[in-house]
Amino acid sequence: MTGNNGSDAAVRITDSTLRDGSHAVRHRFTVEQVRSTVRALDDAGIPVIEVTHGDGLGGSSFTYGFSATDELDLVAAAADEARRAKIAVLLLPGVGTADDLRNAKERGATVARIATHCSEANIAIQHFALARELGFETVGFLMMAHMLGPEKLAEQGRVMADAGAQCVYVTDSAGALVLDETAVRVAALVAELGKDVPVGFHGHNNLALGVANSVLAWRAGARQVDGATAALGAGSGNSPTEVLVAVFDRLGVRTGIDLGAVLAVAEEIVRPLMEHVPIADRPSVIMGYAGVYSSFLLHAKRAAERYDVPVHELLLEAGRRRYVGGQEDLLIDVALSLTRGAGTDGERG
Amino acid sequence: MNGKMSAAIVGTGNIGTDLMVKLGRSDVLELRYVVGIDPESDGLARAKRAGYETSAEGVDWLLAREDLPDIVFEATSASAHVAHAPRYEDAGVQAVDLTPAALGPFVVPVVNMPENATAPNLNLITCGGQATIPIVAAVAAVVDVPYAEIVASIASRSAGLGTRANIDEFTRTTARGLELIGGARHGKAIIVLNPAEPPVIMRDTVFCAIPPDTQTDDVSESVLAMVAEVQRYVPGYRLKAEPQFDDPRPEWQSLGRVTVLIEIEGNGDFLPSYAGNLDIMTAAAARVGDDLAVARLSAAGVAR
Repeated sequence: MTGNNGSDAAVRITDSTLRDGSHAVRHRFTVEQVRSTVRALDDAGIPVIEVTHGDGLGGSSFTYGFSATDELDLVAAAADEARRAKIAVLLLPGVGTADDLRNAKERGATVARIATHCSEANIAIQHFALARELGFETVGFLMMAHMLGPEKLAEQGRVMADAGAQCVYVTDSAGALVLDETAVRVAALVAELGKDVPVGFHGHNNLALGVANSVLAWRAGARQVDGATAALGAGSGNSPTEVLVAVFDRLGVRTGIDLGAVLAVAEEIVRPLMEHVPIADRPSVIMGYAGVYSSFLLHAKRAAERYDVPVHELLLEAGRRRYVGGQEDLLIDVALSLTRGAGTDGERG
Repeated sequence: MNGKMSAAIVGTGNIGTDLMVKLGRSDVLELRYVVGIDPESDGLARAKRAGYETSAEGVDWLLAREDLPDIVFEATSASAHVAHAPRYEDAGVQAVDLTPAALGPFVVPVVNMPENATAPNLNLITCGGQATIPIVAAVAAVVDVPYAEIVASIASRSAGLGTRANIDEFTRTTARGLELIGGARHGKAIIVLNPAEPPVIMRDTVFCAIPPDTQTDDVSESVLAMVAEVQRYVPGYRLKAEPQFDDPRPEWQSLGRVTVLIEIEGNGDFLPSYAGNLDIMTAAAARVGDDLAVARLSAAGVAR
């Protein structure tokens, strides 16, 4: 069940439990949790493991939540623990900076995943150049990909590839893409980028389509796919890594990952550390339905509690205002406007 | 001396053109020269129509004038300003720098203008800095601010290629301004571009960590007074809500927090009104220009 023989029927899975899952544990992963998770994922044959604050390097803040342990210490622990797996970090230009990339490299990260809102790829040009110069393998993330049609998304993918991205992901940050909507976007990127720069897919489960979308993405030509073990990620979580492995195995698509071992990681290591089990509850489904950045979930819950407004209404309004990733600060503004019965603020945009 | 100081604008893009409209309203500055490097530029044509002396031969032309300007406003790029700055200084022309070059002292008109009135080169930090540093300074005037964090959300259409090519410059420079001028011991800045159509108005959120025993009324009062000061030169600068106070939390090192939500609608002089981020830079530049002119005129004994 292991081994990638290099045939076309293969996919590279990146496990983002220790990055996207950081949201779900309010950025409070410990060094011990990172070590045990990385060790087990590495043993199971996961080729790439992402470890960073949920909002990327430099994400520790009032806006996104402070890290309990410095993320660079977690990266260093992961790099120390991994024998075969590469350790990836995420960077959102505008949140983190080039200095953060340099520091992550020094602490042992070897894959830099650089993310922008889907229409803003050119704010990351300097970071791709630096990442390549530092010797990182690079991946570009086009976030909130449901907000842009296939052709425009492909143009943005081209910007990232020209800047030095060695793979470009259709990133369904809101878990809002429904089946064919994933496939057409991936196909457009594959057509634009050709064989030199592979395409990837990062799914969320807000509409319970993470795995199905991933399969359609693969069929449309994506050769890198993200999961999170036990679905531990923002919103109602990511495509569960162990389910991706099982499904791709049944489809005859090689992952190089041992199914039994990754199931054990989910059951014995990741589930016990969860303080919040991501499920498709009302707020999460609303996020997928209204196209809201999955990381907003716990911040919206907090603001809803603080201002005594319904969290699903708060999220609906955030979707209506077309907030993008990073605008968590404005959830307070939405909550305040709901308390004033003025939910329709924002006519001017 | 006719009771006004003379001024030049170098750079004929959107910023330079918007600034031209604002300087045209000054009682103490007389805009005389508008200089670019592209003879075909709309900004240059517009300046010519408005009756200013123009040239597409850049700073060489400007510094060859018999009557040099008293004050030059640089609205080009950081690298261009690095090249121009020593030449202005050698010529005795005081420079107000709207680029992120950060050569001269950081200046926010309502916070630290008087002590910089004689600096040869004054830097306006960033749009996010102009919008948020006054708030941090207002909080820091009342209580200790161990940490300040700001998030600036701007319309994608208002972020030019220069900003996009070096977005780290925004984060780093703004954070430094929060510390140096705002008075926070540690600063952090975040910028988010939102592509929604119609374009979103600039939003800034300011978070300051504050001691558990803070008298919140005093902080609110200081913030409201500061907002009124900024509104004198940026009329579209508004609070979206009263300052919001959160009780101390363990994950905030047992500190409390004040949150200030700001919206900045541009004046629509040349730039569209959603581009509050650009408007606050040109408005701050015009205000700094006025303050410099008043200081120099009074030093020269010109009765006003």
